[in-house]
Amino acid sequence: MVNIAVLVKQVPDTNSKIQIVGDRVDLSSVKMEISPYDEFAVENALQHKESEGGTVTAITVGNDGADKVLKGVKALGVDNIVRLDYDGYMDSNGLQSVLADEIKSGGYDVVYCGKSAADTGAGSTGPGIAERLGWGSISNATEIKFGEGLMVTSPAEGGDAIASLSLPAVVSCDKGSIKVRKSNVKGIMMAKRAQVDVKSVSPPSPTITIVSEVMPPAKPAGKKYEGAQSAQTVAQLLRDEANVI
Amino acid sequence: MTDTIVIAELSKGKINATTNELVTAAGMLGSNCTLVVPCTESSVANDAGSITGITKVIAAKSSVFETYDAAAWAEALDSASPSGIVITSASAQSKDLAARLAARRSVSVIQDVTGIQNGTLSTPIYSGKAIQNVSLNGDAVVTIRANIFRPAENSGNCDVQVLDTTGNLATALQEMVQRASERLDVSEANIIVSGGRGMGTPANFSHLEEIADKLGAAVGASRAAVDTWEEIPHSMQVGQTGKTVNPNLYIAVGISGAIQHLAGMRSSKYIVAINKDAEAPIFQHADYGIVASWEDALPVLSNSLASLLG
Ligand SMILES: Cc1cc2nc3c(=O)[nH]c(=O)nc-3n(C[C@H](O)[C@H](O)[C@H](O)COP(=O)(O)OP(=O)(O)OC[C@H]3O[C@@H](n4cnc5c(N)ncnc54)[C@H](O)[C@@H]3O)c2cc1C
Repeated sequence: MVNIAVLVKQVPDTNSKIQIVGDRVDLSSVKMEISPYDEFAVENALQHKESEGGTVTAITVGNDGADKVLKGVKALGVDNIVRLDYDGYMDSNGLQSVLADEIKSGGYDVVYCGKSAADTGAGSTGPGIAERLGWGSISNATEIKFGEGLMVTSPAEGGDAIASLSLPAVVSCDKGSIKVRKSNVKGIMMAKRAQVDVKSVSPPSPTITIVSEVMPPAKPAGKKYEGAQSAQTVAQLLRDEANVI
Repeated sequence: MTDTIVIAELSKGKINATTNELVTAAGMLGSNCTLVVPCTESSVANDAGSITGITKVIAAKSSVFETYDAAAWAEALDSASPSGIVITSASAQSKDLAARLAARRSVSVIQDVTGIQNGTLSTPIYSGKAIQNVSLNGDAVVTIRANIFRPAENSGNCDVQVLDTTGNLATALQEMVQRASERLDVSEANIIVSGGRGMGTPANFSHLEEIADKLGAAVGASRAAVDTWEEIPHSMQVGQTGKTVNPNLYIAVGISGAIQHLAGMRSSKYIVAINKDAEAPIFQHADYGIVASWEDALPVLSNSLASLLG
């Protein structure tokens, strides 16, 4: 029986507009949803359970607003949902510390997570946790075969590497060819009644300071030409003005 | 000033030119820069001492560097690197390695840095819809996006110290599946020609390939193209759920410019858009926009490139 953990995070819907108020991003009117790559992590976790037997526990860090994401994955078939309750800012060191502690105390054999979260885009959590636990890891997995250990496909220079990885281990998941399942009414009803296991955490204080958050500098307006013949002008500009060809 | 350590970026077993950009970034974050070169043969590091701005080269020699293994690489490079701010490239592999190095040293990792000013580091957040500026209160590991910092010159001369290192492998490579085409991957290319649903059929991507061959470019795609056509693999997808690219030139053909596509390519130095719809959002981000169907515009572009590039 494999004790499987999957890390999920709520992020702004990727279609949403990001606004700055003062010198911080203001998410108060933004719709939050599960980070897109985490959906692949959840699917892999569920397939691992279906293949080898075991339980899947979804873990998130955040305030009670994040319960929605946990209930969403509960509706897909995750067994347990855990929220490490925290409402302030954590840097990568703080976040990975509390997650690694939770993984250790939960006695997990394998951790799945998305290859990066849609808000920070960092992709540090999976490998960072693995390092703290002294576990192996593979990032950006596009295909996973389950057995005693894992057989993981991930991009490498010039193609793909297929490598074996023994458990315990952490795998961060890219899209690949798996199809993500959808929840059904029964699952959603069950998830509604499900209890979130809320745990308090005390992360080490951040070693970086957020100075400000700003809009990206506006790009100067480009040149726009009508008609196919302008492709010649553009080619010339790429040589003379942009110096890129 | 804090000491800095640059981990050399390698491609095809050689030190990649982005390493010089990392050295420039290191100079903005601290001083006394040590370049650490992961290698199986120390000869790889022979010429590294010429990069201007470094004070020392350590050729970290180990058989673990034959193929990438995050755990073993982190262990070996950590032991080879002095303390200070560690700087790597923001390639997928180096970001993974950076996260492990930071965790090993219980410090923070700041990924995808696109600017440094007076000790403040800028990174894109929310797929580039905003920028976060952070300052460091001590050592950290920092990854630097390619193609942004001016590369350091090669007029220096410092010693190369060879250091035997080792680490415990956590993975065992079973098979390398070479990409079917000889073409560059979008994540490795300086120029990318991408097609979207507007290409009509996957066979029409051959017109993009023709242009790409002239430019030594990679061919990319939008998600709509990848999802619609089996022939267009996900490895070509640029965007939120595809690859983030940062080339000198990005040519978007028959791509509308959805926010999730922009997420993957908006930091390209120059963007060209070819689209028959003058209102397509991609034009708001293009340095050079061509309002025309690709059927008409690509032959003209191809001919012009042929005569320009000789
Ligand atoms: C969570 C999430 C993640 C996503 N991730 C990604 C991602 O990673 N990458 C991505 O690209 N998208 C992503 N998307 C999808 C994105 O929202 C768009 O649907 C997609 O980018 C559209 O692709 P397209 O521009 O090729 O197609 P369309 O939007 O259909 O645009 C086709 C364009 O081609 C033009 N055209 C048609 N015929 C011609 C012609 N003959 N000549 C010239 N122009 C022509 C049209 O005017 C139009 O502008 C994501 C969406 C979601 C919700």
